[in-house]
Amino acid sequence: MSEMESAPAAPAKIPGMDEKLLEARGQDAAPPREVLFDVDDLTVDYSGVPALKDVSLEIYKNYVTAFIGPSGCGKSTFIRCFNRMNDLIPTASVNGTILYHGIDLYGPEVDSVEVRKRIGMVFQKPNPFPKSIYDNVAFGPRVLGWKKELDERVERALRHAALWDEVKNRLKASAYSLSGGQQQRLCIARCLAVEPDVLLMDEPASALDPISTTAIEDLMHDLKREYTIVIVTHNMQQAARVADMTAFFSVEVDEEQDRRTGILVEYDDTPTIFTNPSDKRTEDYVTGRFG
Amino acid sequence: MATQDISVGAQPEPIRLRAEGRRWSEAVVKTVLALCALVSVATTVGIILALVEPSIEFFQEVSIVDFFSGDRWAPLFEPASFGVQPLLVGTLVVTFWACLVALPLGLCVAIYLSEYARPRVRRILKPALEVLAGIPTVVFGFFALTFFTPLLQDIGVDVGTFNVLSAGLVMGVMLIPTVASISEDAMSAVPQELRDGAYGLGASRLQVSTRIVVPAAVSGIIASYVLAFSRAVGETMIVLIACAGIAQITLDPRDSVQTMTVFIGATGLGDVPTGSIEYKTIFAVGLTLFVITFAMNMVSIRLVRKFREIYE
Amino acid sequence: MSVARAHEGALGHGPRGAKVRGTLFYILLLVSVSVGFILLFTLVIDVVQKGVGYLDPIFFTEPTSTDPDKAGAGPAIRGTIYLMVLLLVMAVPIGVGTALYLEEYANRGRWYNRLLEVNIQNLAAVPSIVYGILGLAFLVRGIGLGRVLLAGALILTLLVLPTVIVASREAIRAVPDSIRQGAYALGATQWQVVRRQVLPAAIPGIATGSILALARAIGETAPLLLVGALTYVAVNPTLLGSFTALPVQIYQWIARPQDEFRLLAAAGIIVLLAILLTMNAFAIWLRNRYQRRW
Repeated sequence: MSEMESAPAAPAKIPGMDEKLLEARGQDAAPPREVLFDVDDLTVDYSGVPALKDVSLEIYKNYVTAFIGPSGCGKSTFIRCFNRMNDLIPTASVNGTILYHGIDLYGPEVDSVEVRKRIGMVFQKPNPFPKSIYDNVAFGPRVLGWKKELDERVERALRHAALWDEVKNRLKASAYSLSGGQQQRLCIARCLAVEPDVLLMDEPASALDPISTTAIEDLMHDLKREYTIVIVTHNMQQAARVADMTAFFSVEVDEEQDRRTGILVEYDDTPTIFTNPSDKRTEDYVTGRFG
Repeated sequence: MATQDISVGAQPEPIRLRAEGRRWSEAVVKTVLALCALVSVATTVGIILALVEPSIEFFQEVSIVDFFSGDRWAPLFEPASFGVQPLLVGTLVVTFWACLVALPLGLCVAIYLSEYARPRVRRILKPALEVLAGIPTVVFGFFALTFFTPLLQDIGVDVGTFNVLSAGLVMGVMLIPTVASISEDAMSAVPQELRDGAYGLGASRLQVSTRIVVPAAVSGIIASYVLAFSRAVGETMIVLIACAGIAQITLDPRDSVQTMTVFIGATGLGDVPTGSIEYKTIFAVGLTLFVITFAMNMVSIRLVRKFREIYE
Repeated sequence: MSVARAHEGALGHGPRGAKVRGTLFYILLLVSVSVGFILLFTLVIDVVQKGVGYLDPIFFTEPTSTDPDKAGAGPAIRGTIYLMVLLLVMAVPIGVGTALYLEEYANRGRWYNRLLEVNIQNLAAVPSIVYGILGLAFLVRGIGLGRVLLAGALILTLLVLPTVIVASREAIRAVPDSIRQGAYALGATQWQVVRRQVLPAAIPGIATGSILALARAIGETAPLLLVGALTYVAVNPTLLGSFTALPVQIYQWIARPQDEFRLLAAAGIIVLLAILLTMNAFAIWLRNRYQRRW
C-alpha cells in the first residue's frame, strides 16, 4: 500500500468498482496464510498441444481464491486439475505437481475417486440429477456408504447452502421443479453433503440472474469459514466482491505454430490486483483496456 | 475432511488418497461388461466357423470350379449335380423384381417425407412406415401366394401358382421402408442453406428435390439401395412360400425358381444326416450367401459413414 | 410450393411445362407413398376375412392336426410366448451390458473397440437364415442339443442382439454428460455413476427399444426352420423339448395342399399381428409416458 502513496499517477479505476469496498476487503481479517495446495510448474496438454503452462501458485486454507482472465486462457482447465476431473478427458495430459496436504494429487498411488471426495466441484450450468431434491443431496453420502442419519445429513447440507427453508416441505419433489438459482444452491448442497475440504466453483453464477448471483456470493462468504473455496469467474466485480486472493491468467500467442497457451500472469491479494497490479497485462485487463 | 463421523470439526486424520480395494470390484464390472460385448464377437466367429468348416469338406468332394460354373443344381438326385448357378440366378431374378419396386418407390417416399410432407403428415407417415416394416415376412409370403398371385392371374398375367413375379413384387413393397428411411435420413442431413439458395433463385420444389437434395444425399441413397439389395438376397420366407420351385435357370418371371435361401430353408427342414454331402451343401450355399451379403453390407456401412461425415 | 408460385406471379408465367411437371411429380410421390399402405390395408382385410372364422377356443388351445376342423395353434402360441420370455431374459441383459461397455468403458481410440462396433453393425444385416445355419451347426448337431426350445431361444437371442445394442446405446448416449460430471465430482466410482445415474435415466429408452426388438424376433421364421421341430408338434413346449412357434406353424399350414389350412394360416396371422400390434403399442406408450426430454 505504501507503494501506492509514492506512485506518480492515481491508481487505476475499474468501472463500477467501489474503492471503499476494496478497502473494507483489505481490512477484513483474513486468517493467517496456511498453504492447502502447492502448485508447481503445472502444464496441461490436449493431444500434445499445451493449453496451459508453467503455473505455480499456492492456495491458502479458508480463503476464497479467484481465477480471472480472458476467455480461452485455461482457467477452467486449471481448476479442473484440482479434483482430477481432467482425467475424464482421454486427450488431456497433466504434468507438474499439485501438493495437497503434502501429497501430490497426480502421484502414482493417488486415486482420483478419493481426491474428489475431499475436493468438490460446482459447475457453470446447474446440473441436478433427474431425481428428487432429497435424493440429489443424499447421492453423495449414499455413494460413500454413509447410510446412517441420512436425513440429518441432507438437512445440514441444505441449511449450509441456504436452501433448507425453501425446500423443506417438498424434499420429494423433482429437482427440476426448482428455479435456476435454487438448482445451483442444490448443487452446492450436494457437494457439502460429502463434507469436503475444498469447493471448486467454475463460474457458478454466470448462468444465473443477478439476485441469485448475489445469493451465491453471500453463500461463499459464509462457507469460507469452514471450507476453502476456489472460483473461476469472468466477472471482475464478482472477484473483487468475494475473493481474498486473485490470480490473473492470460493467453500467450505463438504466431509461428498458431497456438494459444494459457499462462499465469500475476497472483496476489485482491485489492493489490485491482488497484496496484505489478504486471502491465494485469492492469490492462482490470481497467478494461482489453479482454 | 471427509469422515464417517457426523460431527464437523473432528480431529483431522492423516490424509490418505489411496484406492482401498475398490479397484478390484470396478475391474470385475468392466470385465463382465466386456464379456457381454464379446458375445457379438463370438457370434461372428461362430458363423464363420459354422460355414467355413463344412464348406472346406464340401469343396474337397466337389470342385469349386464345378460349383460355380455348373448350371444344374440337383444335390439330392442320382447322379448329383452341384452347379450353383441356378440358385444364384434364381436369387438375382427375384432380387431384380424386388429392387425394381423398392428402389424407385422408396426414393419417392423419401423425397416426399423430406421435401414435401407437412410436419403433421410426417408424424403419421413415419410410424406407419415402421408398421409396414414390422410385418413378419411369413405374412407377406401368405399375401403373395393367396392374394397377389390369384390377382395377377385374374388380370391376365399367366403366372403359375408359384412364380417369381409375385414374390419379387411383394418383397419389393416390403423393402420400401428400408430404402425410404435411410434415404430420408440422408436427405435430412443436407443443410437447409442449399435448398434456400436454390429456392431463392426461383427453382421449383421438383427442381430443388431432384437437382439439389438428391445429388447431395446420393451416398446415403446408394447405401439404402445396397442394403435393400442385400436384404432381398437374404430373404427367405416370401420366396419359400410364394415361389417354391425347382432350381432352374430362367428369366421368365412367370416361372418359379429356387433361391439360395429357399434351398437352405427347404433342406434344413428335412432331416438330412449329419456329415452327408447333402448336409454339407447347406453350408456351402450358406457361405456363398454370407459372402455376398457381407460384401454388400460393408459397402453400405462405408457409404453411410461417408454421408454422415460430410454433413455432421 | 408457394415460393415457386410467388415467383411465377411476380415475373409472369414460368415455362409452361414446369407447372405440369411439378404436379405430375407430386402425384408420382403420392402414388409411391400409397402403394405400401394400399398393400398393407388389403393384406389386413384379406387376412381377417379369411381367418376370422377359425378363431375359436379350439384354435388357442388345441395342437394342429391333419383335420383342419380340429387343428389349433395352442402349442405354437405357447412356444412364441416362451421364446419371448427367454429372449427377454437373455438378449436384454447381454445387449444392455454390451451397450454400457461401448458407451461408458471402451476407449474409442483402440482398434479392437472400433472393430467391435463394425462387427455389431454387420451382424445386424446378416440374413436371418444364416443364424439358423449357426444354430443347426453348433446347437442342434454340434453339441447335440437337438431341435429344442432352448436352441431356438439362443439363436433368436443372437439374431436380436444387435438391435437391442443399438437401441440401448442411443438411450445411454442421450443421458447428458453434465449428469455424469456432477456424479464423478462427488467422488463416485465409474460403476456407481453408471449404475445410479446413467442406467436409471436410460431405462425408458432401453425398454422401448428392447420391446421393439423382441417384436421383430417374434415374427422371425427362417432360423426356426433349421432349428425347430421337423414334424408338427402336438405337445406343449418345454425348455429341452420339441417346440414350435406361431410363424412356423403358419408356414406349415400354408404349405399344406388343402384350402382350409390356408384359412387356418390366416387365423394364425391374425393372432400374430395382434401380438405384434400390442407389443408395439405398449412400446410407444412407454416411450411417450416415460421418455425424458433432456
